[in-house]
Amino acid sequence: MTQLPTTTDKKLGLVIDLDTCVGCHACVISCKEWNTAGYGTALSDQDPYGAEPSGSFLNRIHTFEIVPDGGEVIGSAGEARVVHFPKSCLHCEDAPCVTVCPTGASYKRAADGIVLVDEDMCIGCGLCAWSCAYGAREMDLAEGVMKKCTLCVDRIYNEDLEEIDRVPSCVRTCPAGARHYGDLGDPSSDVSVLVRERGGFDLMPEQGNKPVNKYLPPRERSALGSAASVPAVQEDTSDATGLLAWIDRALSGGSAKGAS
Amino acid sequence: MGNHDVQLSGPVGEKHQTTCYMCACRCGINVYLRPDANGDKKVRYIEGNRDHPINKGVLCAKGSAGIMQHYSPARLKAPMKRVGPRGSGAFKEISWEEALQTAVDWLEPLKADPKRLAFFTGRDQSQSLTSWWAQQFGTPNYAAHGGFCSVNMAAAGIYTIGGAFWEFGSPDWDRTKLFLMFGVAEDHDSNPLKIGIGKLKNSGGRFVSVNPVRTGYSAVADNWLGIKPGTDGLLILSLIHELFRTRKIDIDYLVRYSNAPFLVIDAPGTAQHGLFARDKNGVELVWDSKTKKAVPHTKKGIVPNLTQEVKLARGVKAKPVLRLMADMYSDAAYSPESIAPQTGIDADTIRGLAAEIARVAFEEEITIEQPWTDMKGERHERFIGRPVSMHAMRGISAHSNGFQTCRALHVLQVLIGSVDCPGGFRYKPPYPKPFTAHPKPHAYRPDGAENGPLAGPHLGYPHGPQDLQLDKNGEPLRIDKAYSWDAPMSAHGLMHMVIANAHAGDPFKIDTLFMYMANMAWNSSMNTRGTIEMLTDKDESGDYKIPRIIYSDAYDSEMVSYADLILPDTTYLERHDCISLLDRPISEPEAMCDAIRWPVVEPERDVRGFQSVILDLGARLGLPGMVNEDGSAKYADYADYMVNHQRKPGIGPLAGWRGEKGDKAGRGEPNPDQLKRYKENGSFSITHLPDEALFFKHANSAYQDFAVSMGFFDAPQPVTFQLYSEVLQKFRLAAQGYGEAQPPERLRQRMEECFGPLPHWYAPFEGSELGEQVDSDFPYHALTQRPMAMYHSWGSQNAWLRQIHTKNPLYVPRSICDEKGLQEGDWAWVSSYHGKIKVQIAPMDAVNDHTMWTWNAIGKRRGAWTLDKDAPEATKGFLLNHLINELLPPKGDDHRWANSDPITGQAAWYDLRVNIEKADAGGDVSEPVIDAQKKSQATPDQLRYGLGWTQ
Repeated sequence: MTQLPTTTDKKLGLVIDLDTCVGCHACVISCKEWNTAGYGTALSDQDPYGAEPSGSFLNRIHTFEIVPDGGEVIGSAGEARVVHFPKSCLHCEDAPCVTVCPTGASYKRAADGIVLVDEDMCIGCGLCAWSCAYGAREMDLAEGVMKKCTLCVDRIYNEDLEEIDRVPSCVRTCPAGARHYGDLGDPSSDVSVLVRERGGFDLMPEQGNKPVNKYLPPRERSALGSAASVPAVQEDTSDATGLLAWIDRALSGGSAKGAS
Repeated sequence: MGNHDVQLSGPVGEKHQTTCYMCACRCGINVYLRPDANGDKKVRYIEGNRDHPINKGVLCAKGSAGIMQHYSPARLKAPMKRVGPRGSGAFKEISWEEALQTAVDWLEPLKADPKRLAFFTGRDQSQSLTSWWAQQFGTPNYAAHGGFCSVNMAAAGIYTIGGAFWEFGSPDWDRTKLFLMFGVAEDHDSNPLKIGIGKLKNSGGRFVSVNPVRTGYSAVADNWLGIKPGTDGLLILSLIHELFRTRKIDIDYLVRYSNAPFLVIDAPGTAQHGLFARDKNGVELVWDSKTKKAVPHTKKGIVPNLTQEVKLARGVKAKPVLRLMADMYSDAAYSPESIAPQTGIDADTIRGLAAEIARVAFEEEITIEQPWTDMKGERHERFIGRPVSMHAMRGISAHSNGFQTCRALHVLQVLIGSVDCPGGFRYKPPYPKPFTAHPKPHAYRPDGAENGPLAGPHLGYPHGPQDLQLDKNGEPLRIDKAYSWDAPMSAHGLMHMVIANAHAGDPFKIDTLFMYMANMAWNSSMNTRGTIEMLTDKDESGDYKIPRIIYSDAYDSEMVSYADLILPDTTYLERHDCISLLDRPISEPEAMCDAIRWPVVEPERDVRGFQSVILDLGARLGLPGMVNEDGSAKYADYADYMVNHQRKPGIGPLAGWRGEKGDKAGRGEPNPDQLKRYKENGSFSITHLPDEALFFKHANSAYQDFAVSMGFFDAPQPVTFQLYSEVLQKFRLAAQGYGEAQPPERLRQRMEECFGPLPHWYAPFEGSELGEQVDSDFPYHALTQRPMAMYHSWGSQNAWLRQIHTKNPLYVPRSICDEKGLQEGDWAWVSSYHGKIKVQIAPMDAVNDHTMWTWNAIGKRRGAWTLDKDAPEATKGFLLNHLINELLPPKGDDHRWANSDPITGQAAWYDLRVNIEKADAGGDVSEPVIDAQKKSQATPDQLRYGLGWTQ
């Protein structure tokens, strides 16, 4: 069994905006290309050109459909919508994947809270993946070691990168700006402010893992069909006659910019 | 916790900046190279270039997967000639010398009768070169893929506002407050759209999506209108009806910038009916309310009447355009209640959307305190913006009523005054450019010569019947029948008709089909199986009906196996390219931009960039402009051409760092250091507009001066928005029997019904041609959507991208599933009047209840793209294309009627009508099964890319 640190100096993590994610998979592939040649062994692909292609990815997008019953912020009752849900390791404060690890390979860093796998110590038993409520760990079938999001630990502290680029690859590449990175342990950080302002939430809080990563819910929407906002027109609108008179008045008044 | 060493720092690799080509978006990329175990430099990482105007640092899934594309096992390795029957994939590798000599041997004799060559170039990003090459060869048969993509959107935009979406313009993302998106093509402007939607979300703006399917961008829309396919035009016209009814149009803007006051002659039964009244200089007339006289619209100080019928000289009656619009669109036929049943959108929602458009446009007006001067010399103290913006591409374009629908959308933008204003739609230089400033089409030679270069570029914008490209018998001059009565305003050609027409010998036979980067044997053709049969069909003497096919591609696509001679192209990281203002620009609204690609890695295969190859071929064929006086090749390669070719003095493919010292933009002498300067600047150039030129470019004197100084045109070309299209009316008059050039009898009624000068709606052809039984036999619509992680058929060879979309189910509305007893994973037969396919289904709620859909171009032929024969793309993936005919249902008149928009020839993919029935159990493989082609290369069982670099 491996010990978790009692506290961490920082809580580095991601804030993912479900109101903005369009499900383009940019983060998925950028993660793959950075991490296949970065921390730990390569992210292998099996049967890459064959009948059953599969591979290890540290970040995936799940797409599902919901039909709200109503009263929910995500949309009108009965109005189906598609949700794109990016998922990677949430770097939990109470990470069962760490405490379950028999060799000490899985660990949570006291300095920044990042959960990592020391691949030299990993025996590929898979207990950590089994214990993860989120399914965020993937065994690399070529090497037989457990792979997971490192929060691009080899980018965020990398002094050979320009400072602006010292962010996870998925955050740097996200075209819609749906992914944010920072210290969620610092209440004044941009990500903490975002979580407060937008009602950021924990994924499956009932599991008690205290995930560091947060998700932002869809913003409130209003329907178009509210007839109240339709401008009232006094005159007869059954044909163009009234409209022509209005245009004439508008022209003789010097200007008309859509005001009746 | 033990000690865990983590190496935190380390350089990524050598950084090189070039331009992406994983789709048509053309983002700036940083490509990092690192030596592998053998010391060979390999691609370590690709990221977006933060300084680049298009993507500003971000990159999509395709862009990041460039590594797997660049090292794809499907890359062609050397020139090849076919040794087995077409389609078998049996080839022999040959030398470049033999390949080029073979091509010369085939093409040289055709110079005497150039129309026997058809040269079509697919998803080509070098159309200014390829079109010039075809022009110099003298064949009238040239186009790229626009005709089967989104020509309706592009042509309607140019004809209406002198610009269009995507490459021509974009929403003002920093200021817009209401964004309407109709349909979508997710690889067009893909990263800018995502960046823009992100900005809109943060600024609190509203995003309304009109699309039968709620995926991708629509998934995050504030409001989703799941419209019935092909009825967008009705919805837009109903919005116009509502704006008229509630008096929410920008009269001042219309008077200043549109043809709303132009007088239209009202003389039914004459050749003048519906044309503009003009003065003796040909200038359109308006009625001046002050002097009660008809005066040229260009006259200063007038107050034009917009509503009254007036009498001109000799008693001719005329009405202003806006009067005609008021009469037409006030009709109850366009009311929300009337169109709700046809569109599937309820009347309250339509009214609410119109009200929201009006509220944002007129109550949330934006002003930017920047003085500017218009083309009449009037000074304005500020830019006034109506922050409603719109975007559309293939969704509304790929219908037989698409041109009129796209025009309706632009007319809507003009009516609320939101074209090129703060918060609205903004042009990207070199646009705006009125259709009158574009070339006209050319399929002929000067002085009636029988061969030699054409008199001008192939593709252009006709002004009326006199500009059609017909022979003396009125028959089409082009193999695709572009610019004939079948498709008079076909500004991008009809690539989807080339193989079918060449096979049928209608309007004539050809000898050689030469294609680049167009997978016509598969996903890029309607009627895929029929197209394969045409490519392999033989005449009585045993020769192929299309005698010779030359094809260039970088990868082993389905089309490769059907060609006779293969000219292997490079990957995008191995080539020179220019993303040119002469072609499909990448400018931003506030700056003129262009870009290059250059070989950041050298090919280790015997392949050559196609552009260099056709310059070489052109020189070997002695084509004018490609040889020196002594007959030697004028350009060493494409890079040499990019720098030294001049289309006219001072104007070349690249606009940046021109002039001998490299200090000129737009116009200037060739600069031998130009490519070096591009590379130093991240492979793009950017020239900012002056502040006073940023908006109202169509009528902004500072912008017009800038445009002239940059060489977009030689004199100012302000745009008058064409609410009323006189060009369409001229064609309609011809159909009614007026004028020297008139359509054949069979086309008259259709032209009269479809060529209305004001935007209107008619039912898509496939449904209406099938008649009353369509609602019982084929009650549903079926269409495709673009997956954001794929570009056409390219992505399936990519080991990473194919794990995202390995197969494509048909998504079927749950109500239909319930009715037909279908459940997730069931197999079903989907039929159209043309064909039948067997597919696996998945129920879905977020879709129009009459519409089923699937992802575009996932299905593959067995063995193609070096995928295993049992790859899911081939066994469970499928193409909807099999259900879509390139022709309309036969009318019994022996004529072949293209399944296309009657105005532009745009392929009407989305008109498809279908039915669906559950399939019997067993044989869980998608059908039709097309036999396998030979897999051209063994592929590995496992990839561990980057292993040597890991820590």
